[in-house]
Amino acid sequence: MVEKERVLKINKKFQIFAYAYLLFLYLPVLLLPIFAFNDSTIISFPLNSFTFKWFAGLTEETYLHESLKNSLFVAISTSILSTCLGILASRASARYEFFGKKSILSFLILPLFLPEIIVGVALLVVLMQLGLALTLWTVILGHTLICTPFSIAILNSAFANMDMSLEEASLDLGETRFGTFKRVILPMVTPGLISSILICFTISLDEFIIAFFLTGTETTLPVYIWGQLRFPAKLPGVMALGFLMLLLSLLLLSLFEYFRRRTNRVIDDQVNLEFGNLFKS
Amino acid sequence: MDRAISLFDTDSKRGLSLIGLPFGFSLLLLAAPLILIFFLGFWKQDYLILERSFSLDNYIEAWTEPMYRDLMLRSLGISASVTFATVLLAYPMAYFISFHGGNRKALWLFLVTIPFWTSYLLRVFLWKVILGYNGVLNSLLDWLGLIEEPLTFILYNANAVVITLTHAWAPFAILPIYVALEKIDRSYLEAATDLGDGPLKRFFRITLPLSMTGVVGAALIIFIPTIGDYVTPKLVGGKDGLMIANMIQVQFMKANNAPLGASLAVSAMGIVTMISVIFLTFNRRWLRKRGS
Amino acid sequence: MKELDKEVTKNNIVELNEVFKHFGEIAALDGVSAQISEGEFFSLLGPSGCGKTTLLRLIAGFEEPTKGTISIDNSPMFKVEANKRPTNMVFQSYAIFPHLNVEENVGYGLIRLNLGKEETSRRVDEMLQLVDLEGYNSRPAHALSGGQRQRVALARSLIMKPKVLLLDEPLSSLDKNLREQMQVELRNLQRTVGITFILVTHDQEEALTMSDRIAVMFDGKIIQIATPQELYSRPISKRVASFIGEMNFIEGQLLIDEKGKTSVEAGILGKMDVNRDQIAVPLDSGLVTIGIRPEMMSLLFEERDRTEFEIGGVIKESAYFGDMTYYTVEVSGLNSPLTISMRNTSGRRILENGESARIGWGSESLVILNKT
Ligand SMILES: Nc1ncnc2c1ncn2[C@@H]1O[C@H](COP(=O)(O)OP(=O)(O)OP(=O)(O)O)[C@@H](O)[C@H]1O
Ligand SMILES: [Mg+2]
Repeated sequence: MVEKERVLKINKKFQIFAYAYLLFLYLPVLLLPIFAFNDSTIISFPLNSFTFKWFAGLTEETYLHESLKNSLFVAISTSILSTCLGILASRASARYEFFGKKSILSFLILPLFLPEIIVGVALLVVLMQLGLALTLWTVILGHTLICTPFSIAILNSAFANMDMSLEEASLDLGETRFGTFKRVILPMVTPGLISSILICFTISLDEFIIAFFLTGTETTLPVYIWGQLRFPAKLPGVMALGFLMLLLSLLLLSLFEYFRRRTNRVIDDQVNLEFGNLFKS
Repeated sequence: MDRAISLFDTDSKRGLSLIGLPFGFSLLLLAAPLILIFFLGFWKQDYLILERSFSLDNYIEAWTEPMYRDLMLRSLGISASVTFATVLLAYPMAYFISFHGGNRKALWLFLVTIPFWTSYLLRVFLWKVILGYNGVLNSLLDWLGLIEEPLTFILYNANAVVITLTHAWAPFAILPIYVALEKIDRSYLEAATDLGDGPLKRFFRITLPLSMTGVVGAALIIFIPTIGDYVTPKLVGGKDGLMIANMIQVQFMKANNAPLGASLAVSAMGIVTMISVIFLTFNRRWLRKRGS
Repeated sequence: MKELDKEVTKNNIVELNEVFKHFGEIAALDGVSAQISEGEFFSLLGPSGCGKTTLLRLIAGFEEPTKGTISIDNSPMFKVEANKRPTNMVFQSYAIFPHLNVEENVGYGLIRLNLGKEETSRRVDEMLQLVDLEGYNSRPAHALSGGQRQRVALARSLIMKPKVLLLDEPLSSLDKNLREQMQVELRNLQRTVGITFILVTHDQEEALTMSDRIAVMFDGKIIQIATPQELYSRPISKRVASFIGEMNFIEGQLLIDEKGKTSVEAGILGKMDVNRDQIAVPLDSGLVTIGIRPEMMSLLFEERDRTEFEIGGVIKESAYFGDMTYYTVEVSGLNSPLTISMRNTSGRRILENGESARIGWGSESLVILNKT
């Protein structure tokens, strides 16, 4: 009896802490819609009346539209490229034993542990040395580098969960290796592929540190926002934009969650287990 | 020829040919640049022209110039504080989700990750709004009658940077720790209770050591990258909260002294890696002592 | 004579010639040779880890032998990939494609043949009928029971009209009743389609009831290939004998007189004449093991019961199995007690422990095996 009461008490304490921590985590996010709908150019309390005008104003920012288009291009290309690299790497890791496997894989997920500025600066130096101009493609290369580890982590579990005998059955029934990949392996890892594309897309869309170094005259959305932060008059519009981006991210995240569950229905409620896999040593 | 070996080769070949492309990509875009930047530190730059003669000047400057040394120390201090604070806050959260989350674990994890899909720049900026002189926090405290004067030690200094980064890296600590906690076989805990351990003793003897992989993973994935953040210090750090990454960025972009920037970057990386290695070694030793 | 003729005319569909397979240090197959004839139901029987699956996978083409050759239908299979071999496999896990329904699973291999929609679906339907699954065409894979999965796996392989069908413990994941039913069905199916079946199993009863011939494997080697009856009554080693059913082992001495007549001397049991075909060891072996099955010995209940040989003993234990009773009988002068099984016919009582009994047998039921 006493034991049970004590457990409940501890539980309560944890719960209070959890809610307080959650409030801390949500503090900035909650302010975003508040200031996005607040009819004042100054981002502070007390609030004024409710307005949609900041959203309306976004429609007239041509720079914004340009950078949005650029960012979408970068994010889509990045997500496709890193997912392709992720497919190759995680299929190799899940299916074959080969020389230097562990070191190669550690090397591939290294960008996750590197300061982004190092990645950005190092790439910048190489591009400059090669005399290449900075374009959206240079940003894409940088983003692909940092997104591939996430893709590998997500796809690794998808490939590893696949029963080897399915592949063999397909070969046995006369299908070629390529045909087997197309007709059996790919359909079975599709949910994983979609998760990977969504996550890489979201990361790339929001990435600033590397993009800032590698972007040329065509800017991405975060670089545009960075520029806007210097002009107080632009801030409410940026808030509105941020709010819209949050909604988009949430939509993508929900989709990701949906497909992730389909990938490992078995492991069920362990969100981001793939992410956790990175720490298995 | 022994066919066993040649067959082993085909398996190996298939694996290598698959991973070849991503590996080549990383070699080209990660290994080569890292090596180049290491060497760049030994060169000189005159406006836009690089002079490829070997000299230690940049590294000497990076390590002796008081300004850089202070920046480096401050950055390390900030990174370490952020790591410590984030893990300290994340651990109970992960513990709560794993042990008291019941069937709502997925929901809790989802809730924890949502805030981080807001634009990173805007999140940092909003912390400026929260911590500012006329900011949300000060207004609230004033309204509650808790303060006479607005608090000033929370914006435009290192504190602000630590608070903001502690917020920014939260999921990177919660998730690995959660995964490590989830992997602990609950029967160990029951066994420990059975053997007469109280909850606190049980935590320190079993739960904490067994979840250490998560803690270490979290610490590394926070400590190393934070040293490279220049956005947060720039937005909320003021003059006293700037970090080494700001200096690296300036050297590369504005001052046009890439070699000095490179030597600073390489030095920072080197120091952080060293600290991580030392940390890992100590941790392993501690765990082994626990284990025996 | 007739038997021999048949052997000659029958085509060998699979020929294994000194096949070795090493996984690093482990020799999974250690020199396996065998000929499997067309239309035969051939079983590979052996304890876990003896290399059955490995041999099957070599025949299927999922692995290449380290040494030795495999030919199927008279063509060598060196470096021929699985998708080019005239074999098909039913996997232990069935490996039903989870993203396809029954029809798509069964028709999987036909797609590459470009037969056209109509012909494909006609063949699929025909196959489904053969395995008793008509009407299940659009059933998704996850909605199938164990037995149904197995039928889909069979249909999917048979539709390819393979020369050889390979089955890796196809019944091991089914419950006892279903397993027994499927044993019969599988046997009948094999007769119907006339394709060579190579079945892997570690269940001796399964092998005995289903096969035309059985290969017994230990430690990567085939020890004996024989028909079920032969295998049971004339095992060639002590190990095979104890793997297939139960057997009493008695130490003895193999003798051969001037006229070439063979006999064994087994201490208290006396001297017994044996024919050459009962002897699985070289004639000059000297010390041997005499084997006799429990059902080949009997307890002589009535005073007037007579057999060729008999000896007295004391019942130590009896185990009642409904139709049979197994007795453990202590015989003074023998190292270990004898096990004897008796059919429980009407009016026959169960002997009590401690009761003395007479044991009888005939010399024709003995087999002479290696000493160790
Ligand atoms: N891919 C492999 N790598 C290494 N060793 C292997 C491999 N496949 C099989 N072996 C080893 O080869 C031996 C034979 O294995 P095999 O699977 O053929 O046995 P089995 O007779 O099918 O056993 P079971 O009845 O348990 O299925 C075993 O010792 C096994 O450990
Ligand atoms: Mg097997």
